[in-house]
Amino acid sequence: MHPVLKIVIQRLLLGLLTLLVVSIVIFLAVNALPGDFAQAILGQSATPEAVAAIRRDLGLDQPAVTRYFSWLADMLTGDLGVSFAQANFASFVGTSAESGSGPVTVLQQITPRFQNTMFLAGVTAIIAVPVSLTLGILAALYRNSAFDRGVNIFALSSVSSPEFFLAYILILFLAVLNPVLPSLSNIFSDMGLGERLRATLLPALTLTLVVTAQMMRMTRAAIINLLASPYIEMARLKGISPTRVIVTHALPNALAPIITVIALNLAYLITGVVVVEVVFVYPGIGQLFVDSVKIRDIPVVQACCLIFASAYILLNLLADVLSILSNPRLRHPK
Amino acid sequence: MTRFTRRGLLGTGAAAGVLAATGLPVRAQPKRGGRLRMGLNGANTSDSWDGRTHSDIFMSSAASGCVFDTLTVVAADGSLQGELSESWEASSDAKTWTFNLRQGVTFHNGKGFGADDVIESLKMHVGEGVKSAAKPIVESIAEMNKMTDHQVQFVLDEGNADFPYLLADYHLLMYPAGQIDEAIAKGIGTGLYRVQSFDPGVRFVGTRVDSHYKDGEFGWFDEVEIIAVNDITARMNALLTGQVDVINDIDFKTESLLSANPNTEIFEVTGNQQFTFPMLTDVAPFDDNNVRMAIKHAVNRQEMVDKILLGHGSVGNDSPIGPANQYYFANMEQHSYDPEKAKWYLKQSGMDSLSVDLSVSNAAFTGATDAAQLYQASAKGAGITINLVQEPADGYWSNVWLKKPWCACYWSGRATEDLMFSTAYATGAPWNDTHFENERFMELLVQGRTTFDPDKRRDIYYEMQQIVHDEGGAVIPMFANFVGAKSSKVTNSGTIGNVYKVDNARVAERWWMA
Repeated sequence: MHPVLKIVIQRLLLGLLTLLVVSIVIFLAVNALPGDFAQAILGQSATPEAVAAIRRDLGLDQPAVTRYFSWLADMLTGDLGVSFAQANFASFVGTSAESGSGPVTVLQQITPRFQNTMFLAGVTAIIAVPVSLTLGILAALYRNSAFDRGVNIFALSSVSSPEFFLAYILILFLAVLNPVLPSLSNIFSDMGLGERLRATLLPALTLTLVVTAQMMRMTRAAIINLLASPYIEMARLKGISPTRVIVTHALPNALAPIITVIALNLAYLITGVVVVEVVFVYPGIGQLFVDSVKIRDIPVVQACCLIFASAYILLNLLADVLSILSNPRLRHPK
Repeated sequence: MTRFTRRGLLGTGAAAGVLAATGLPVRAQPKRGGRLRMGLNGANTSDSWDGRTHSDIFMSSAASGCVFDTLTVVAADGSLQGELSESWEASSDAKTWTFNLRQGVTFHNGKGFGADDVIESLKMHVGEGVKSAAKPIVESIAEMNKMTDHQVQFVLDEGNADFPYLLADYHLLMYPAGQIDEAIAKGIGTGLYRVQSFDPGVRFVGTRVDSHYKDGEFGWFDEVEIIAVNDITARMNALLTGQVDVINDIDFKTESLLSANPNTEIFEVTGNQQFTFPMLTDVAPFDDNNVRMAIKHAVNRQEMVDKILLGHGSVGNDSPIGPANQYYFANMEQHSYDPEKAKWYLKQSGMDSLSVDLSVSNAAFTGATDAAQLYQASAKGAGITINLVQEPADGYWSNVWLKKPWCACYWSGRATEDLMFSTAYATGAPWNDTHFENERFMELLVQGRTTFDPDKRRDIYYEMQQIVHDEGGAVIPMFANFVGAKSSKVTNSGTIGNVYKVDNARVAERWWMA
């Protein structure tokens, strides 16, 4: 078996094990939340009888261990369950939903939101990755110049500002003072690609500001680090232009750390953008997650957590594999 | 807070004269056309077209405001009008009510509306395991009889002169009989706008039906779009950048942005929404009315209105009946901050000083913790030490409210005096959050239900307000306004309903493009 393939399989299995551990942590954490769905949904009208009735309907009165294993078993068969919130009108209220489309499953609920999130992450990545790589390379090329300093100051100050602050600054300049982009990312399914891109651009730009700094600075640092190596000195002595030294000699060897950072930032774009989603009212999975935590809609919360964990594990795996592939020494071990 | 509203302007003769002299139209005629876009909060992924589950402004605006109708409706000026019923009459004991339904009304799927739909739609709210906010209303109906296809008779358990008001409740939507499940799944009602698309917790789009019984009276927009914008700053941004025309609940701290912008304006009305501090009247020391009176005189109400509501409200007078009710006792002697009087009351109960716990969380209402701190500071001057107990927001309604001797709470108010008192002040009511018991009060409550004469009703409800004011366990320091903002692209008659948020959730019906 090819060593790379072996590593991939090993890492995938380890990933599954990690997911199992994560599932236990998620379950314990969700159970540690004060209050439950019955109390959250009933609010002021939470009389003990009503709370008990809902708990019984949802199986919340079962012991935690039983609930965990039945959830895990469903999860293994790919059944994410039925959201409490949507089950609400089908079963609690006394009508069956037979003639309708049936209770909405967690999968049906998550899928459109997840697609929106992936779209936003995709648009952001398409902007952010080339921009930060280019800026990083240029900064390395002209290091300690005014350009390098300027780029660094800009990137560091944007990454140090809270996301919502960046978002409001962009809204101020691009939506209020110069109304070129909408401040509400009102995304819906039957929307053309152009329209959708326009609505997504402001949140994507905000996120670009957030993730650029780390990728840009990692690119710069990795390249500068290599510039002190003897083989770069050799290349320079041969009389190769500085641009060529960096792009063809230094960059390939700097790829591994850059790829890792990009993967981490992509994972962040999928899992951590709830603040930006709230500011722009972007219907992504982060908002669904927070809404579900608020009403203690446990099946949705757990499914979202698992998706987030999987995204991290898969992207890290991908980064590792790509790092190995980018390094001939690892690609062909002795 | 003084603010020039269209209504206020019209109210002053001089201003009206100026308007007339300049030849400006005093009131524009409504016209058809355009797309109304609203940004509202209170949307959830659990939203559906099931009226029993509606609890916030997003769904009530989409359902009772666009897609569905109720039997009666409270008009913007507070009067009761027929919606799907044309007229009604009661027997002398207010126990038997006959409703004549509107004829020739059709649901969005073509089915005609009639008595069966009424009976079946109301029956949804009762039954084993059903959880509906309107359950107590429908449970009070002992019998529903179909007299003709367009006449229904209700026989109540006990007489209730307010019964037609109760049927205006936004939960009591009319669905097509035999197709209720489908109507809930798809949103099939008799309203002005049919569902074009609905994405729970995200967005609703409705299209005006071609012909409707409200033609020429209501329903001026071609299309209505309601976008879920739960974040307050995002809502204000959306209005300022012109992406929506109407929003609810603005952020008072930045309201100057809206009033400074020539294209946006704030609209507000005082209704029955009240922020309260209920004391359990059967738990020491609150079982002594002198203690309750001392505590009622130890709060600076105007300060709370100024600092917690930033002026968007009015002081409460320890009675839950507000300006949106018919028999609001506006001239009742006002409880005010009076440390000396508070001390006098304490002395009456044989105390020099008092130390009590107040349980709060911002789950009770926005700013509840701050309000409690103000209370603590003002009470100090009256010799009352208030120990604030910060409670977790989660489970506040199940673990603190109705359980702790003194806590913070809110009530959105009720359409009628009887309903408010029966829900929260009647002996033995599950939500009697002060454990209030008063014989005379209960006598009047029962008497009020079968009294039709407006003068007698006024006397009854005034006396009840006086009793609660003098002896009740709830400190009601403030009534919060329903505040919203709109762009200059849309306009309205100048009269805005005060029963519920954003013109009783009926903007799509009553407003038009300017």
